[in-house]
Parts: sequence; C-alpha cells; structure tokens
Amino acid sequence: MVKATSVTNNIRALRAANGDITQASLAERIGVTRQTIIAIEQGRYSPSLEVAFQIAHVFGVPLDDVFHYGGSHS
Amino acid sequence: MTLEERRSWAFLAVAVVAYGVYLATVLARAASAPLVDVDYVPAMLWSIGSSIVAGIVLGIVLGIFTPRRDQPKDVRDRDIARLGERVGQSFLVVGGVAALLLSITEAPYFYIANVVYLCFVLSAVLGSVTRVVVYRRGF
Repeated sequence: MVKATSVTNNIRALRAANGDITQASLAERIGVTRQTIIAIEQGRYSPSLEVAFQIAHVFGVPLDDVFHYGGSHS
Repeated sequence: MTLEERRSWAFLAVAVVAYGVYLATVLARAASAPLVDVDYVPAMLWSIGSSIVAGIVLGIVLGIFTPRRDQPKDVRDRDIARLGERVGQSFLVVGGVAALLLSITEAPYFYIANVVYLCFVLSAVLGSVTRVVVYRRGF
C-alpha cells in the first residue's frame, strides 16, 4: 500500500479498544464517508484539523494519541 | 467506491469516448478533402453536446445505483475535486494561449476551434485522471 502522507495514526487500534467501533459507525459519527475513514487509516489521506479533532473526540483522547507526524511517534 | 469516485470514472470515459468519436469522424472526412476544408462544426457540436448530456445522465444513473451509504459528499471528496480542477485548469490556459497565437497569425478557423476543443478535452481528462489516481493512491 502506498503511503501518501507522513501522518500515521492509531485509529484501527483505538476502534478495537473502544468496543470494536466499525469504520462505518466512526464515519457516521464525524460526518464523513466510510471510504474516508479507510483512506485515513491506511495513510492515503491526511484529514483536516477539524476531522482529526473530531476523531480524537470520539475516542475521548488527545489528538497526539491518535495522530503522529513523521518520526514523532515513540 | 463513493459516488464522487464513480462520477470521476464516468466523466473520464465520457470525455475520451466523445473526443475519440469526433476525431474519428473528422479524420474520416479528411480522407477525401484537405483537413482545413472538413466540415467539422456539426461533429464538434454533437460531440460537445452529447458529452454534456451523457455526463448528466451517467451522473443521475450512478446516483440511482450507488448504495445510499456511499452517496454523501464529504471533505475528502471536496479536497480531491479541488485538486482535479486545479490540475485540469492548466490545459485551459494552454488552450487559451494557443488560440490567441493562432488568431494573431490568422490561422484557419479549423485549427483555432480544434486546439481549443482539444485543450478542453485534455483539461477534463487530466482533471479526471488526477481525481481517479488520488482516490486510489491517496494524497
């Protein structure tokens, strides 16, 4: 899979840790399509700041716990 | 596949087919007459008109047959549409400049009309290809 962005994320793990939230359910809660969640998870699309905050809000964690840029993830 | 991605594929196909038919028609007529004397106007108008109608009809048909969950247009679709338009616009500028130069040099109408139409098509094709590639590979 081509990585089109330097932004990585933990969305898949967070979905699993929060009662196996489906991609469709997460998409519905933040008002985007399921394909957009898939693209974000796979690193094919860098979400807007607003969408990034909305995703973090759904999981109840800070933005840093969801998204990481370049080598910032330890 | 979202509705917008399906529409990008459809517009790409319509642009290529419509121009391909036009080109084949004009070249077939050019076999028996010089290129600049070919009566290209009816074929061009039919090509442009039918591609507009086909684009609208295909958009409606795709809207009917795309599952409801894949129909909403979201922020990613808008980002991709903007990128496609920006990339496609480069050919509109090229077409405008080419038509200007041909007019200044008093080239036959045939060449002026066809360079503008070609650049319209290339703009649509490049914009659609950009959208399709970005949908598939990301950005």
